[in-house]
Amino acid sequence: MSMLHVVNKSPYERDSLATCAGYCQGGDTVLLIEDGVYAAIAAGKAAANLQGLTVAALGPDLKARGIGEDKLISGVKIVDYTGFVDLVANTDRVQSWL
Amino acid sequence: MADIKKFMYVNRKAPYGTIYAWESLEVVLIGAAFDQDVSLAFIDDGVFQLVKDQDTAAAGFKNFSPTYAALGDYDITKVYVEKESLEARGLSLEDLQHLVWEDEDEDYAEKDSIRLVSRAELAKVMADQDVLFNF
Repeated sequence: MSMLHVVNKSPYERDSLATCAGYCQGGDTVLLIEDGVYAAIAAGKAAANLQGLTVAALGPDLKARGIGEDKLISGVKIVDYTGFVDLVANTDRVQSWL
Repeated sequence: MADIKKFMYVNRKAPYGTIYAWESLEVVLIGAAFDQDVSLAFIDDGVFQLVKDQDTAAAGFKNFSPTYAALGDYDITKVYVEKESLEARGLSLEDLQHLVWEDEDEDYAEKDSIRLVSRAELAKVMADQDVLFNF
């Protein structure tokens, strides 16, 4: 039974990513959208939160913020809006961390 | 009757700085009319919502904290408070309202609603839910 955790706030402004990471169980996926995508910048402090987790990020939100794929932590799955829908459809439940 | 689903409301915001806490409580009370299996979780700044002796008279806005004491009357008997969040904020169970519900199967005995749980324990409870609402 897996959960998709959606995080839409910058980890440098809110604690939602840190708490979400603490609640992740095996098989879960963290999807970064909107300002949440800043967490995936490898050289950033917040990237440590994502260690060991399955992470996806919304491509259009990365592009909008000028974050190139070369800047990201390794293993991040970049998805488009259709991929977002697939992630939701293929998981048992979704939790949106505000 | 339709399938009963497990609904968990996850509260992570302090009570008065934003509207989230009040909105969550309103949704919980509305949702309670639908006979689902409802539980509440209070983590991070959300634990501040349950602090007792809130008095907003001097500040000039509505004190909605007495409403939490009514949850038991709506058959909401599972209120999870995350231990780590409480301790990190210098609080203990004694600082929170004493929330109870009456068990009609045991001659209306009063039982505690608040369950103090670790993050790991609460993560397992979350994984068992059908629907999660975050506020």
